[in-house]
Parts: sequence; C-alpha cells; structure tokens
Amino acid sequence: MNKISTLLAQRLALGLLSLWFVSVIILLGVDFLPGDIATEILGQSATPEAVAAFRQALGLDQPLHIRYIHWLGAFVQGDFGSSLANGRQIAELLGSRLLNTLFLASVTAVIAVPLALGLGFLAAIYRNGFFDRMINSATLTFISFPEFFLAYLLILLFSVKAGWLPSLANVDPSQPLFERVYRVILPALTLTLVVTAHMMRMTRAAIINLLASPYIEMATLKGVPRWRVILTHALPNAWAPIINVIVLNLAYLIVGVVVVEVVFVYPGMGQLMVDSVKKRDMPVVQACSLVFAATYILLNLTADVLSVLTNPRLRHPK
Amino acid sequence: MSKLIDDLKLGLQQGRIDRRTFMQCMLAAGAGVALATSFPGNALADTTASTPKRGGNFKLGIASGSTTDSFDPGTYGDNYMQSVGHSIHSYLTEVTNTGELVGELAQSWEPSPDAKVWRFKLRPGVQFHNGKALEASDVVASLNHHRGPDSKSAANSLLAPIVDIQADGKDTVVITLNGGNADFPYLMSDYHLPVMPAQDGKVNATDGIGCGAYMREAFDPGVRTLVKRNPNYWKPNRGWFDSVEFLVIADVGARTNALSTGEIHAMNGCDLKTVHLLKRNNALEISSINGGQHYSLPMNTTMAPFTDKNVRLALKHAVDRKTMLETILHGHGEVANDHPISSGYRYFNKDLAQREYDPDKARFYLKQAGLDSLKVDLSAADAAFAGAVDTAVLFKEHAAKAGIDINVVREPNDGYWKNVWMKKAWSMDYWGGKPTADWAFSLVYGKGASWNETFWDDEAFNSLLLSARSELDDGKRRQMYGEMQGILRDDGGALIPLFANYVDGISRRIGHDKLASNWDLDGLRAAERWWFA
Repeated sequence: MNKISTLLAQRLALGLLSLWFVSVIILLGVDFLPGDIATEILGQSATPEAVAAFRQALGLDQPLHIRYIHWLGAFVQGDFGSSLANGRQIAELLGSRLLNTLFLASVTAVIAVPLALGLGFLAAIYRNGFFDRMINSATLTFISFPEFFLAYLLILLFSVKAGWLPSLANVDPSQPLFERVYRVILPALTLTLVVTAHMMRMTRAAIINLLASPYIEMATLKGVPRWRVILTHALPNAWAPIINVIVLNLAYLIVGVVVVEVVFVYPGMGQLMVDSVKKRDMPVVQACSLVFAATYILLNLTADVLSVLTNPRLRHPK
Repeated sequence: MSKLIDDLKLGLQQGRIDRRTFMQCMLAAGAGVALATSFPGNALADTTASTPKRGGNFKLGIASGSTTDSFDPGTYGDNYMQSVGHSIHSYLTEVTNTGELVGELAQSWEPSPDAKVWRFKLRPGVQFHNGKALEASDVVASLNHHRGPDSKSAANSLLAPIVDIQADGKDTVVITLNGGNADFPYLMSDYHLPVMPAQDGKVNATDGIGCGAYMREAFDPGVRTLVKRNPNYWKPNRGWFDSVEFLVIADVGARTNALSTGEIHAMNGCDLKTVHLLKRNNALEISSINGGQHYSLPMNTTMAPFTDKNVRLALKHAVDRKTMLETILHGHGEVANDHPISSGYRYFNKDLAQREYDPDKARFYLKQAGLDSLKVDLSAADAAFAGAVDTAVLFKEHAAKAGIDINVVREPNDGYWKNVWMKKAWSMDYWGGKPTADWAFSLVYGKGASWNETFWDDEAFNSLLLSARSELDDGKRRQMYGEMQGILRDDGGALIPLFANYVDGISRRIGHDKLASNWDLDGLRAAERWWFA
C-alpha cells in the first residue's frame, strides 16, 4: 500500500504542474485567436467607441500577463472568478453544467461498460464464430458513423416515428431523477453505440492474447470448462489494458461529447466551452479547460492505481 | 367549380399546396384576383386566427442564444435575447403587426415644428415587475444607459443624434436631437431600448426587470429562460400564456425534431432545404415573411477596383438573382434591387425598374471602365449569413459569362465581423429590415455612419437623406426616398441580390393574428401576442 500512496502523491504533484501548464497554453491560445470579447460580443454592431468602453469596463486594457497573474492569484484561492460576458459566477455556471455532463456520462457508462465487457467476453469465448463476427461488424459499423448521424437515426426511430422518447434532452435540476434519466436515454444510447466498440474489442483482444499462454493451456488440459478458464484464469490478467481503455472512454464521455450535446440540446460542459471560446470569455474557457484536464489526470491516475491493485506482482513487489 | 375552390382551400390550409400554386389554380379556375386573394388572408402567415384565451406553457425554440448572453439590452445581439427582452420589457413605441407605429409606454408624442425636439407623454398607471411605478426619470436613465463615451452598448451610435434627454415632470420626456428627424418615434421601438426601472438616475440593466407581459423566473444563459405572466400587465389583450419557455436550440435538425414531436410549439429558422417536407405535416404551419432582411455584398468604394462606378455596375449586372433566389433561399424571399428598401416599406419606390441578369450589359460597363476582363476577390463565410459561401460560388458562375472572374476567398466564421467585414475590399453580410427608410439608409449608407460598409460618400444622397429626415410633408418624403433608392441602386457600393424571408414553424395549437414583418417571430413579440388556440 505504501507504494500506492507514493504513486498517488507523485502523480498528483505532477498533475498540478500539468494543470498550470494547461492554463498557460489556454491563455496564449485564446489570446492568439483574432478578436477579443468586446469585438465578439458586439459582433456586427461593434463601433470603436463601444469596443473601447467594453474593454475598459472589463479591465481588458491591462496587459495579458497582469491579467493572468490576477486570475491565477484568485484561482489558487478557489475563486474561479466571473464570466466576462454576463458577470455570472463561474463556479455557479460551471457547477450545474458539470453535474449534467457527469450525469450523462454516468448513465452512458452504466449501460456501455457492462455491455462492452459482456460482449467482449462472449466474443472471446466464441472467437471467430458467427456471434463474434456479427458483434464485431455491428460495433465497428456504429463507431464508423459520425455521432450526429447516429443521434438523428435514433431520434427518427424512437421519437419521430415511435414517439416513445423525447428528442430534446433538456434536463434541469427541478426534474425528478426518473424524468432526467428518461430525458437522457437517447443521448446515452447514442454515446453507448459510439464507445462500445473500443472497449469491447479491447476486452476481446486482451483475453484472446492470454489464451495462448501456457497456464491457460494447463487449465484447459485440467478439464476446466472454457467459460471458467476465461473468467477466472484469463480475465484477472487482462484487467490492466481493459481498465485503461474503459477509463479513456469515460474521459471521452466527459470531455468530448459536444456534438451529441448540440443535437440533443443537452446543457453540458461542451456547449459552455464552445460558446465561451467563440466569445473569448477567457475565465470561463480557463475554468472549463482545467476541469477537463483535471478529469483526464484523475481518471488516468485511477486507471494506474486500479492496474496496480489488480496485479499481485505489482501489489507485492519483491 | 365551388368544389374545386373548396378543395384548393383545404389543400392550402393543410399545407399540401403552397400559396403560389393556390393562386395559380384559383386564377386558372377563373376565380379572379380579388376572389383568390380574399381567401384565407395571407395564407402562409395567417391561418390560425381564433379567439385568444389565457393559459398554457408556451415553448419556443430559437436558433441563436449563447451561454454568454446577458439581460443587458445593450448586448442584445441575436433573436434569442431580443425575443426574451420583448417578453419582459416594454418600449416607448411599438410597431404593430400591420406595420404601424403605436405608443406602448408612450401614450402620445409630438415634435417641434422642425422635428428636432420630441415630447413623449407616458402612459399613466404602468408598474414595473418590482412594483415601482413608471416615471419619466426611468425613461431618461434607460436611454442614457446606451449613451455617452462610457457606454458599452451596441445602440451607442443609434442614439448618437440625441443631444439631450430631460424629464419634464413625472410623465413627460423631452428628447432633443442634433437635427430634425420625422421618424424619431420609430427609433424608440428598437429592441435595444426597453424602459427599465431607475435608481438614482441609473438602471440596473442586467437584472431583467421591466414592465412587460412576463416576469423573469429562471435564466440559464445558452439553455433556457422561463418567464411567468405579469399579473399587473396593463395591456388587456396581450400576454395570454401563463408562462413561456425560450429554449436555445442551435441545431436546425434538433429544432425541427422538437417541433415535429411536440416538444416545442414554435421555432424560428426552418431548414430551407427541407421545409417543403415539413409543410406536409398537418399539425404545423410554416410562416414565410419578408421582413426586409436582406443579404448584401458590400464593395469598398474607396478601394480598387470598386472606386469605379462602372465596375460596380458591371458586377451588379453579372448576378442572376432569380436563380439565386431559387437555389439559395428555395424561393423563400424576393429578388432585391441593390438597395435595402423592400416592398413592405412605406416609401418603397414601385417605379424603379428591377435590375436583371445581363452579361452583355456587364461587359459593356467593363468596357466603360476601360477593362476587357476583371478578376476580383470576394471574401465569403457563412457567418455573414447561412448560405453565403454557396451564394459566392453561384455568383462566380454567373459572372464568368460576363468575362468576370470572381475568386471566392473562403474566410473563417470565427472573428468574421472583426477581421473580414469592412476590412477586405469585398465581403458579405446581412441586415435586418428596419421600420423606416431613413433608418435603413442612415445606418449603413449615410455619410459618417458607423456601419458605412461601402465607405460610400455621395453628395446628392447625403443631402437628400438629411432633408428627407426633417421633412414632415409625406408626398415630398416619398419622392425623396424614391430618388435615393435609385441613386443607391445605380451608384451605391452594395450589391444586394436578395431579400430573405423569416421562415418559421408554428404548431397549429398556437393561435395568432397576421404576423408582423418588422422582425422575426411576429416582430419578436410571439410570447406577448400569441395564444393557445
């Protein structure tokens, strides 16, 4: 266990450094974009006077590094600041969006992860059989379609034709949990179709890889049934790569679903980030990026810790 | 015969045939123009007139809207906050659904003889949502929010002609202009200029308190705004819904699905490519309104080769507007005549000949300019308007027949207004319709206008603009504005090929009168004017 706490401490420290680095890159990146919040908000109706007044009111006439230091000073004290565009507290703005994003990701994960593992497991058992080929081609077909196309297809089938499910996933905190789950079924299904193939194929490949090992052959020769060979002998050694792929997909479900959000009008973080970049609302862009970066760092850390925990050789090093 | 007419009427109401087909069949049936046009009014805009009644939660899906939105009317940049603004706010004046100007918070107004000083008398007994009574000082503070060097409002230059605003007692506002303007009360209906409650001579623009039909209930920028009926609203025949939800639905497919599945009751911005399919849905009504919104290709008249009037004329003759109307707008619009005044304007000049596609004439004007051929760059991006890039490419094909080589430069949507528009010699943009000809001209084509995108400075035009503005005689104004449309058509730097309709989808459960044409969604007042049938 001591090894794990050292690992955790090291990785968290490195994570903080990465976050700082991300914040600098975002700062420079947004600054390189043409225009600033004044010109983008005023758009076609921007006059030089209005732009100048806008900049002054928001303190944008100060140099970039001064603004960054002010922002960083507040940020390390836990103050995310407020949106330049409408003065709303970012913590408040981000809070509900982040919860929505996590909600959609969790509902999807609850469907997709067991499904992918189960299918991968079955595909490994019936390797090269009809079932294996069918599952492989079906999941690969779904992953090959663009997300919005799958989304439209599901909307057409389940909401326009059948009328079972809503085409808008407009959740808000006042709705009861059941209602919210009902509203996100279609986006969750879309995302499930998108992420299943990756996890399923990794499960299958990791298991099949091990099936050629001598200790599996030994088990088979002992007369252990095939499903038990895979479940109790192969799977424990296959966890590490599977966990890594699952975590990668979970991270994707949190940071990469803006297209699905747009099609289903789901108020998640992706749309917030796109809007803020469009309007050059720097503090909001920073906050979103840091949340996304932290998601990646923490999930990767989780994957590594779990890999260690599932592997006795790493858990008890000599 | 009458059976045929009834069939046609039914077809029209159910959306199986469009208005044009209906008219053609009616005329073919010998019904005559008067009879044909007397049937269901303007069928595409007005089929669900019924007796208004209270109640219901109206859900409206709007194409624009962003997480960066704010209640500050100085930042209202697109239909979303403009529509929300019209539900919670009232203005001094209102443009009705038939295009007339009536008083809203102003009960009456009168100009000085030179139309330079305007006295607005306020309606008594109006209350803000916070209980405060409307006073002249609120109007003064609300307008001052957009004025002065410290104002970051987009309406700053709109109000630049105002030199002074004073409250005269509690119920009169006196506004002094730097020059006469007979249309000034129209300006007071602009969506940037709602009246908000003042405290110590300042308004709190971002808290969303007004005296409109609805009160702010929940505001989640870029997602949804919920407003509830204002029980103290002074208009007896407006604000029928119990509550209204404004939903931001940027994706046109998502909007259309939401409307067809009954998740929302109305949407703006139908997909023109598929709207003919949507029309087959009997539960929906598709409205297509020419509100003077037009697409423009402004040439910078101070940059080569557009300094030469003949080059501009050559290009204006090298575009096939009719094909463009069918291809880009699928017929949902009208061809334009290189000036912004559409047939809906009071002072539209009917006698001005429509410019046609004529490659020979274009060649002729090129020769006049001393050129055999012409190669020009046209900066295009869909940020200017939906279909701008297609328009440019289509234009390139048309112009090729006149020996003009248009090089379409595809620009990024991001930052388009800052880096391309009014920076490159020839770019694209759009303008909404304005309530008056003076407004449409002064904003874009007058000397010194902040948005003079063509950098055009024509003496005759500018002096006509000034004298027409302060002229109170209607006949003379009509003549002057007519003349200005001609000057702009033949000499101006803007190539204006099309008027684009506002094409919206409305559930048949919704009742409404004739739809207004000054802005999209019934003059931005769908929430206030519509009801559940």
